[in-house]
Amino acid sequence: MNKFDYVRPTTLAATLDLLRASDEPMLLAGGQTLLPTMKQGLAAPELLIDLNAVSELVELSVTGDGIRVGAMCRHATVATSGAVRDKIPGLAELAGMIGDVQVRNRGTIGGSVANNDPAADYPAALLALDATIRTDSRDISADEFFVDLFETALEPGEMIREVVFPSCRSCGYLKFRQPASRFAIVGVFVARHRQGVRVAVTGAGSAGVFRWTEAEAALDGNFAQQALTGLALDPQQMLSDIHAGDTYRAHLVQVLTGRLVEALGARSLRVRT
Amino acid sequence: MMRLETEINGKPVAAEVEPRMLLVEFLRDQCRLTGTHVGCDTSQCGACVVHLDGVAVKSCALLAVQCQSRKVTTIEGLAQGAALHPMQQAFHEHHALQCGFCTPGMIMSAVDMVERHAGDLDEHTVREELEGNICRCTGYENIVKAILAAAETMRP
Ligand SMILES: Cc1cc2nc3c(=O)[nH]c(=O)nc-3n(C[C@H](O)[C@H](O)[C@H](O)COP(=O)(O)OP(=O)(O)OC[C@H]3O[C@@H](n4cnc5c(N)ncnc54)[C@H](O)[C@@H]3O)c2cc1C
Ligand code: FES
Ligand code: FES
Repeated sequence: MNKFDYVRPTTLAATLDLLRASDEPMLLAGGQTLLPTMKQGLAAPELLIDLNAVSELVELSVTGDGIRVGAMCRHATVATSGAVRDKIPGLAELAGMIGDVQVRNRGTIGGSVANNDPAADYPAALLALDATIRTDSRDISADEFFVDLFETALEPGEMIREVVFPSCRSCGYLKFRQPASRFAIVGVFVARHRQGVRVAVTGAGSAGVFRWTEAEAALDGNFAQQALTGLALDPQQMLSDIHAGDTYRAHLVQVLTGRLVEALGARSLRVRT
Repeated sequence: MMRLETEINGKPVAAEVEPRMLLVEFLRDQCRLTGTHVGCDTSQCGACVVHLDGVAVKSCALLAVQCQSRKVTTIEGLAQGAALHPMQQAFHEHHALQCGFCTPGMIMSAVDMVERHAGDLDEHTVREELEGNICRCTGYENIVKAILAAAETMRP
């Protein structure tokens, strides 16, 4: 690992001052992605700004119509939060499927979202739930935030403060994981909003997380597995690697979406009776 | 160099460290606590698991300076004098190791697991939660048995 200077500010204001005053700063959140990247020499910040003592960033609160999750909320916190399990259960389930216990004890939503790994779980939830990413300077909708593989709408020196999730009628996440890395080979998040269904897919797209709009339109008309019959994704737009080819990934998206829709349909039936 | 003041296994420790020093390097090379192992150095294997303020973390994915004013517990900190911790005792009785390389991390994860579930564990949960700890030797059978047995002894 290259040498760097290290600071641990305790307030948001001090963090932003440091971020603006230095040449090559990087923010350290859970470190579960950044520290391994620095070990490999793929990142070499001159200044590492540790966010772990900024208490303003760990707040998790219920709003009138949803939930605000501070950037430094750990995956384990979101997975076990009563408020999240109550309001947006699919989000808590997803957080509990990230990596392993130790990774969930350190990794944060802000770090995961800023990193935008094409196989990461959170991006699918943000996109399907129509979340807003609130930075130090503006609000960015999930639709605009995730740009390409490891690329987001964040400007250099811009910091995520929190993610705001509106609640929805029902939602869920299904993940087909790569057993060694624990990341998603394909992950599908489906959310039923008053305005319609949103389906977001991670792990599969050659440009990262994406919305499967054909499936959304079909499910708007009929929220049932059969509505997906005949829909197909173009393998040319899918990722392909040693773990799974593009045709297989395209097929998996279809299968997982169907299973999830079936499970969500059954779940809301159970609620009604 | 930065000044680091922390607590390791109940004792205050002060040292000068480079910011880039990992916690596991600090523990092994500077404190000579070599019970914590490095299996992969890529956050995959769990041989390096320690507790930071009672929570299981991979010490190869944490900087030593991040432990300023915090409490670190390593495998060396579990036994009370000559009396093994119930989890260590259970690993011993159930023969939950062969080469032993993964064992310190396994035990630290297992203690965290049992405490988090207040002793209420079943086999499925144990297997799921051992996801971050890899063992090349045992096939996990006896590790799972040992954890379930210790969960009973440790039940609050
Ligand atoms: C063994 C293992 C398995 C994993 N499995 C999964 C998995 O199954 N699914 C999954 O989704 N992820 C997985 N991960 C990744 C994990 O979720 C990471 O925690 C996450 O990707 C990064 O979050 P972090 O808090 O650790 O961020 P860091 O590693 O600290 O930072 C990541 C990047 O984000 C930037 N950053 C951090 N916080 C902010 C902020 N507030 N504003 C702007 N930029 C910021 C940093 O500068 C850095 O560039 C796994 C990781 C490991 C080691
Ligand atoms: S050495 Fe830390 S996880 Fe393998
Ligand atoms: S006992 Fe050898 S790696 Fe687990």
